[in-house]
Amino acid sequence: MTDQLTFVRNQMLPPQEPPIREAGVVKWLRENLFSGPLNTILSVVGFAIILWLAANIIPWLLHSVWNANSLGECRQIIAATWGEGATGACWAMVRERWHQYLFGFYPMDMYWRPTSAFFLMFVALAPVLYNNLPRKMIWFTAVYPALAFWLLWGGSVWSPVVAMLGFVVMGGVFTLLKDRLGVPLSAGIGFVAAAFWWLVLQGPLASAIHSVLPIGLTSVDSDQFGGFLLSIVIGVTAISASLPMGLLLALGRQSDMLLVRTLSVGFIEFIRGVPLITLLFTASLLLQYFLPPETNFDIILRVIILVTFFAAAYIAEVIRGGLAALPRGQYEAADALGLDYWQAQRLIVMPQALKISIPGIVSSFIGLFKDTTLVAFVGLMDPLKGITQVVRSDINWKGIYWEPYLFAGAIFFLICFGMSRYSMWLERKLKTDHR
Amino acid sequence: MSLVQDVPKDSFRLSMLVYDTRYRSITIQVIVLILFMLFLSWLVNNTIQNLAAKDRTFDFGFLGMRAGYDINQTLISYTNDSTHFRAAMIGLLNTLLSAVIGCAIATVLGVIVGVLRLSKNWLVSRLMTVYVEVFRNVPVLLWILLSATILSEATPTPADYRVTEAMIAAGEAPKASMLLDDSVAITTRGINIPAPLVERGLPRLELGPISINSNMLAFLIVLGASLYGWQMLRAHAKRVQEATGVRPTTWWKSLAIVVLPTLALLIAMGFHLEYPQLTRFNFNGGIELLHSFTALTVALSLYTAAFIAEIVRAGIMAISRGQSEAAAALGIRPGRTMSLVILPQALRVIVPPLISQYLNLTKNTSLAIAVSYMDLRGTLGGITLNQTGKELECMLLMMGIYLCISLTISALMNAFNRAVKLKER
Repeated sequence: MTDQLTFVRNQMLPPQEPPIREAGVVKWLRENLFSGPLNTILSVVGFAIILWLAANIIPWLLHSVWNANSLGECRQIIAATWGEGATGACWAMVRERWHQYLFGFYPMDMYWRPTSAFFLMFVALAPVLYNNLPRKMIWFTAVYPALAFWLLWGGSVWSPVVAMLGFVVMGGVFTLLKDRLGVPLSAGIGFVAAAFWWLVLQGPLASAIHSVLPIGLTSVDSDQFGGFLLSIVIGVTAISASLPMGLLLALGRQSDMLLVRTLSVGFIEFIRGVPLITLLFTASLLLQYFLPPETNFDIILRVIILVTFFAAAYIAEVIRGGLAALPRGQYEAADALGLDYWQAQRLIVMPQALKISIPGIVSSFIGLFKDTTLVAFVGLMDPLKGITQVVRSDINWKGIYWEPYLFAGAIFFLICFGMSRYSMWLERKLKTDHR
Repeated sequence: MSLVQDVPKDSFRLSMLVYDTRYRSITIQVIVLILFMLFLSWLVNNTIQNLAAKDRTFDFGFLGMRAGYDINQTLISYTNDSTHFRAAMIGLLNTLLSAVIGCAIATVLGVIVGVLRLSKNWLVSRLMTVYVEVFRNVPVLLWILLSATILSEATPTPADYRVTEAMIAAGEAPKASMLLDDSVAITTRGINIPAPLVERGLPRLELGPISINSNMLAFLIVLGASLYGWQMLRAHAKRVQEATGVRPTTWWKSLAIVVLPTLALLIAMGFHLEYPQLTRFNFNGGIELLHSFTALTVALSLYTAAFIAEIVRAGIMAISRGQSEAAAALGIRPGRTMSLVILPQALRVIVPPLISQYLNLTKNTSLAIAVSYMDLRGTLGGITLNQTGKELECMLLMMGIYLCISLTISALMNAFNRAVKLKER
């Protein structure tokens, strides 16, 4: 056998260049765009769509006009600069009306109030959203609702302060009685004491202090609210109120107590079964029947309450999904450790169930924020329909439609997209399983 | 256990109602019941007082009274002499029409987009991601308003379609021309499409208050019968295949069974299309689709399709790779892997959220208010409410109807879930 062997290579050959079809851009194109007849067709169609969109949008954006007083003037400028038949965006409308989109008809010299309330909101949210901040900041979060209310609506500083004192009363009564009467009874008494404070003492006390020490801001009426100010006020309030309410409803739906379960199921299914618009009409038309005669409270507040109910029902279902996904052993382990119901929920069940339901909760929040535009139908000035209608009914801007909707839509997109990205980040951060 | 039995029975104290877990739940339920009854009686009492103060009664008698207003899209016969009840039915049918067509378009579009988002084609999957993110993160009201505005403001007026003698002489073309071989005209007023008509039609079927188009009925019956025949043919082919191992060729028989009877019926009835014609001021003939209907349905389907795409994508991704690898190991071809292995499992994940999207779309049709489409809210909750002043009754009735639709859909969903549930242990 060995004598047949004529040549044995004893050196390694240098590696060859890969064939041109298997390297660099060509390989990427072949694999990702043209890997088969169907893919090639899809890519070509995709390119055609992109080209068509670009050919329509890019000139339109390039021919933008920022300085004009009316749509007609915009078109004249475009025709003069780029020739007859050219199309262009007329952002002059946004330049003239941006403040209405952001603040509605809020008095111009008081824009600092909603603006500071908006930025303080992030300070208040920070300790909730990121847990590596000083824990003391949570006190600011607790005070923030009263502060924001005072900044936005104005009036005497003492009404929100006295209202917040109601919580102090509740906490005080609870801690005083807790050792003597136990948790459930003292919590009930604390709640009754606080309710008494709010219903009976609050009004006279606030006006008494105000007459001695008048500190306050000019008050602003609810019908002057509008634009994204209104959306954010309704959205943020309803979001923060609907989470605890949804949590309670979900627990009620899972409860062993027949009556509690029936009431929760009835509430959730009713709210989820009807469109939000009918609930908003309930706020504007029907509450006058259901409330005692002569009560007439703020339309924004009424809308917030019903939007909160609406969101709470959806969140309850999301959390119920999280609770159902939890293995039975977790509940049994909590029982075996001798924890009572609330301890088990707080320490074992909720941290896991809430983690599972984060994506659902955030998408309910996004849906809720988008749904705040529907308040236009009960006469409030939402950015999409309310303000855009005001702009479009101005003789100067009659016939403009792409620009206002694009502008409002882009802001909505940024907020909602940001929320969904935050939820993805949170999901990754809280992920504890090993995959 | 023995400890509990050792407790003497006469040691019941009042405080045990709060502290003993055996009695606590009863205490809580009694308190909840009392509070709930108090709340309910407070509501009812307020309502009675308020109704009395406004000198109104609570009755549904107004439903039998003459409505007195016109509706621009009626699926069943209606004049302004009809009752408010009939008007509400018209509204309900318009709501359902928009919902059904919207769901159909959204499903087709959503499935295509969802599958394409998973495609290996880089460009197409990015395009689809952009579509999904843009449509999901902007309020649906924007899409409805934008499409309504574009349809009514960026389209040519009927006059733009006119061709005059002078224009022919000068060799000018009209400003706008009809699409698809002069069959579809989009104007500021609406979209005119050809109408299917029959020459030798059957008489209408009068069943009490309901009048049925018997041509449509005959068409549906024949189509249903041929589809049933097709199913029988396929079942027969399957039996032959299982007995002999050879599947008989069925495609031309299937085609004949499905197409021929329907075609014969259409020819027998003298089926033809009526094209819209430009008359003095507007297009006449054919079917005129209202812009409000088109805008609402298209916007809702585009919006919902983005959600459905995500559901389909999640459903397909939820099937572990092991399933398709196992199918490949068994020698099943890729196409059959999809239809026999992946899809049946993915459908179990996809269908429940899909139906809840249908539910959302149906509820969102109430946004018709933005484009003045005469849906249930436009008739019963709109003009009827304003004319009769029966706010409480109209709103309660409207909520009740929406609730019935929702509960029906979710009952169907629960039935489906039970049917496809994995039976473990």
